[in-house]
Amino acid sequence: MAYRGAPPPVDPPGPTVAELILSRASGRDVRAGDLVIAPVSRVMVHDSVIDAVMKGLADLGKEKVWDTSKVCVFVDHAAPAPTPVVADSHRVLRGWVRDQGIVTFYDAGEGVCHQIMVEEGYCEPGTVIVGSDSHSNSYGAVGSFGAGMGATDIAVALALGRTWLRVPESIKVTFTGTPRRGVTMKDAIMRVVREIGTDGARYACVEFHGAGALPQGDRITLAGMTTEMGAKAGIVVGTPEAPAWLRPAGDARYVREVTVDLSTLEPQIAIPPRVDQVSDVSGAIGIPVDIVFLGSCTNGRVVDMRQAAELLRGRRIHPRVRLEVVPSSRRQFEDAMADGTLGILSSAGAVIGSSGCGPCLGRTGGVLAGEEVCFSTANRNYKGRMGSPDASIYLGSPYVAAVAALTGVIDDPRPYLEASDAEFDALVAKRRTERGDRGAASARSGDRARELLAAIPLRAGPWVTGMEVED
Amino acid sequence: MARAWVFGDDLDTDQIVPGRYAPFMVGQDKFHTYAFCDARPGFAKTVQPGDILVGGENFGCGSSREYAPAALKKLGVGGIVAKSFARIFFRNCVNLGIPVIESADAIALVRDGDAVTLDAAAGLLRAPHGEAHLRPLAPFAQEILAAGGVVAYLREHGDFPSVR
Repeated sequence: MAYRGAPPPVDPPGPTVAELILSRASGRDVRAGDLVIAPVSRVMVHDSVIDAVMKGLADLGKEKVWDTSKVCVFVDHAAPAPTPVVADSHRVLRGWVRDQGIVTFYDAGEGVCHQIMVEEGYCEPGTVIVGSDSHSNSYGAVGSFGAGMGATDIAVALALGRTWLRVPESIKVTFTGTPRRGVTMKDAIMRVVREIGTDGARYACVEFHGAGALPQGDRITLAGMTTEMGAKAGIVVGTPEAPAWLRPAGDARYVREVTVDLSTLEPQIAIPPRVDQVSDVSGAIGIPVDIVFLGSCTNGRVVDMRQAAELLRGRRIHPRVRLEVVPSSRRQFEDAMADGTLGILSSAGAVIGSSGCGPCLGRTGGVLAGEEVCFSTANRNYKGRMGSPDASIYLGSPYVAAVAALTGVIDDPRPYLEASDAEFDALVAKRRTERGDRGAASARSGDRARELLAAIPLRAGPWVTGMEVED
Repeated sequence: MARAWVFGDDLDTDQIVPGRYAPFMVGQDKFHTYAFCDARPGFAKTVQPGDILVGGENFGCGSSREYAPAALKKLGVGGIVAKSFARIFFRNCVNLGIPVIESADAIALVRDGDAVTLDAAAGLLRAPHGEAHLRPLAPFAQEILAAGGVVAYLREHGDFPSVR
């Protein structure tokens, strides 16, 4: 059938959450692709960029930040200071904070910037927040448009109280069902990263549906890891913190839609050196580890420590494995102390670090030696991320971390969670025997990752289970 | 003429400057000497001002660390041509005044060590085996690059370029 004259007008699609926030912030109705200049409700700055930020402000000819009440400063990336050079930089930072009159300052030991930004309520839902850290996407846990930027961008935002942004396209991720025991939202987001890839959400906003009612910590895990897909922001829809207007239109346009059925999801393992090289745990069982890191903005909360403690209570970790536990904030640290979780972990043989980023980025608190294999609950496994470029880092959930610490190998945590004490001990003994002396400085450990990469058609289609993808 | 340094896909900021050699760790005067120290040993000593980096998809992914592009700027890198860029890295380069230009065909055409010429006006990267087409930058980014970076732009104009 042919039209006579002009076709009937079609209404443009309604806004996504990113379009809603950036329209409101910039004062005009914008859609993906538009450039906006938007006011920021907060600027987050941390220790590892302060020199460059101060230089940027000085180069801009600005002595003072635009609003001292809207700037949050953290010492968390290499804290407490591991070297005199770092200590000196922290000293300069403290002086700057004092001179500026910034009140919202969290010194070494208070925790990871992102955890504190969310749990202390510095993230206003529906506003734009920029941070000097790539995981500033975490603020989408409560409905803020959080974007990570470099030092000069941060200096400009500190000087003007505004930033420029290209309104991102959005990817809709929907979670259905309830995860089985031993499966966490860390597994869920790794499943998403496996599907979308490290650059599949580049310049985009990942909008999470079906996750608004989750505990705040789980939402931080989801929003923060959108960074690993290249996203500009990751926003959870329908959170208790968000105002009623912060809901995407029913006809909002998405460049891609992904649905994950949590009820059939397996524990997920990211194989070094890529965050999107993800396998079901069954494909990684038996890989020996030397060190386990439980912490970071992704999985360093009391719930994560409790999950590990469920498995470690009354037991000792493998004698050749080190376990480093770094709570993500003082609040999480004290909650874990109050309910006995830290005591359980310490009795099991864990080293408990002061709250902060810990060894996640390889600067302090237990960095990796060459050839060492780490199992980490954090968010990145790049070559050299946690220390030596010859170390390997596997990523996964706190449950898998606890099993790896106990047995010395990667294993599926679910049988342990269901086992009687006798069955549990038998499972541990079996894995320890199989592991033998493999591990530290063993070339085999590294080879195993390469074998897996060669053997598994990662990010391929048909072997994928528990997820359907709509382009 | 400039030398082309060719890299692959997903070149992350830890490869450009590993975290352990951050200015924060080794000082402002040294960090650039560690550029590509693991991924391409010898780069920092050999690279000449004006040299061009050529990459694949997702160039500069990973951390927000500005010292990665700052190291390249300090070494005098004249521009980066890649299939695509990670978003924070792209912003950082524009802010620092390093031309970052998308090109679908440069990575297939240019070989490591080639003598190349970046002709932004013509929208071409000229190489021994042909010419790669460059995707024009948004006027907003062009204005900032023309000023030598966002700090210079803001000092001169007092505000961002127009976004309309």
